[in-house]
Amino acid sequence: MMIWNTTMECMTRDEMRKLQDIRLKRTVEHVYHNCEPYRRRMQEAGVTPGDINGTDDIVKLPFTSKKDLRDFYPFDLLSVPMSEIVRLQASSGTTGKPIVVGYTRKDLAIWGEVGARCFTAYGLGKQDVVQVSYGYGLFTGGLGAHCAVETIGGTVLPMSSGNTEKQIMLMHDFGSVGLACTPSYALFLADAMHDSGIPRSEFRLRVGAFGAEPWTEAMRSELQNKLGIKAYDLYGLTEIIGPGVGHECELQNGTHLCEDHFLPEILDPVTGQPLEPGQTGELVFSTITKEGMPLLRFRTRDLTSLNYEACECGRTSVRMSRILGRCDDMLIIRGVNVFPSQVEAVVCEIPELEPHYFIEVDRINNLDTFEVKVEVKEAYYSDEISRMMNLRKHITHRLQSVLGISPDVKLVEPRSIERSQGKAKRVNDKRKFS
Amino acid sequence: MLIKQLSIFLENKKGRFTEVARILGEAGVNMSAFTVAESSDFGILRLIVSDPDCAARALRERLYAVSVTDVVCLYCPNQPGALAAAMEIISNAGIFVEYMYAFSQGDSAHVIIRPDDVARCVEVLRENRLTLLAASDLYKL
Repeated sequence: MMIWNTTMECMTRDEMRKLQDIRLKRTVEHVYHNCEPYRRRMQEAGVTPGDINGTDDIVKLPFTSKKDLRDFYPFDLLSVPMSEIVRLQASSGTTGKPIVVGYTRKDLAIWGEVGARCFTAYGLGKQDVVQVSYGYGLFTGGLGAHCAVETIGGTVLPMSSGNTEKQIMLMHDFGSVGLACTPSYALFLADAMHDSGIPRSEFRLRVGAFGAEPWTEAMRSELQNKLGIKAYDLYGLTEIIGPGVGHECELQNGTHLCEDHFLPEILDPVTGQPLEPGQTGELVFSTITKEGMPLLRFRTRDLTSLNYEACECGRTSVRMSRILGRCDDMLIIRGVNVFPSQVEAVVCEIPELEPHYFIEVDRINNLDTFEVKVEVKEAYYSDEISRMMNLRKHITHRLQSVLGISPDVKLVEPRSIERSQGKAKRVNDKRKFS
Repeated sequence: MLIKQLSIFLENKKGRFTEVARILGEAGVNMSAFTVAESSDFGILRLIVSDPDCAARALRERLYAVSVTDVVCLYCPNQPGALAAAMEIISNAGIFVEYMYAFSQGDSAHVIIRPDDVARCVEVLRENRLTLLAASDLYKL
């Protein structure tokens, strides 16, 4: 098993703690002296840099939210002068102003370093061609993965997303060993590979680095089977740095976080109080090495839990469980909390179904309606209505037992659910709350 | 004596059947008989066509879910009591009919039957000297 930076990835918990203490303290001093909004916030909270002597004191610091990044748009959260910023990236936000992040030269080096840890952990190296099919541009996915592959000395194939036929052609002709893209686009590519008629044996693909949207264990097996690869989680957030915040190792048993750069906490999403290790709550990050736009206690809205036990791979870095969902993605239907990831898990585990779904929620006569569209695999379509109805009943039952609420399952025609070429849109909530 | 029937899964949406009919027309495939089984949000179109393989290929190319099922086509005189006599033979043999549909022309009637046990159904009907249409005859009708 290969490890990119054994010093940082395999140090004892005690050493890590000491390093985080120093780095947090330094970052707090940096933002306090160089970023007006942070200084004001800390003063309002009655905290000065002198009060922060280590990670134990982190609870004294104010939170940073996604809304703050919008309010201080575009550059008020920068902690360095614009002349030090060498790159801007922005979130793919669909409504209103995007979220902008500025990187100094050192920040880009950090991004390369953490990205290199990820791709090394996936078993990729300088001899490998890696096809980067995340979108290039303002979105951090493309350039983030690009920089990571360059750092390990691999050969980057900068495809960006879309142009599927060409993706397949070059994947074949150039012998791509790694594929970095969103898991939903990977599924789309899997179908396209199959449709291309080129035998699997003619492709050299063996590793997938998938992220930028939550995915499930069931979707992993689907991807691994369809593509004949090992599929690894590549975790990241634009606000923190982009892809590279965390990664799985060969054991595929939790996402290692690069916590010497991004200090994680798990909090109760409602009260904001810290939870015990292992408990599920909202993931919060403080960047402790970045210069350009460090964030303190940034609330990701992602729900997960942390495991501090050493991993068999040799790394001692904390592992995050799969993202259960986002506090924001959570749908409240007839009073029940529903995460699209739960629907996805059920859909993926039913052998008769394709791994695609679409949720539609509406409110008719003051009652929530909850429809889940699914596609049946070709081989399971029957000439008998009763069989199709039984299948539908079975799916409804499975969803109900997991969600605690009964959806209206709708069987739809093959390939009629839109395949995504980027982040999948799987929910349409038509309810109007005023 | 087995007939290949195509079953196509269709959502209950405007224009779905029209498109199927057009695809078959363009493929030069003729329909001899069809029926639609419906539920609240989808239907299953069952078809007997002149060239089942060609029709299935054309529809699958257009991403329709097509399944092929063996059915039997029974000929009986178009007169009162004829069908009852045939059905009695089938039910007395303990064969369960999943569904059936029929069409008649002049003196003759044709009944498409989808039994739970196709082989046994053919055997029983033949033993009782009933006429079953061969695929080649039916596709020409």
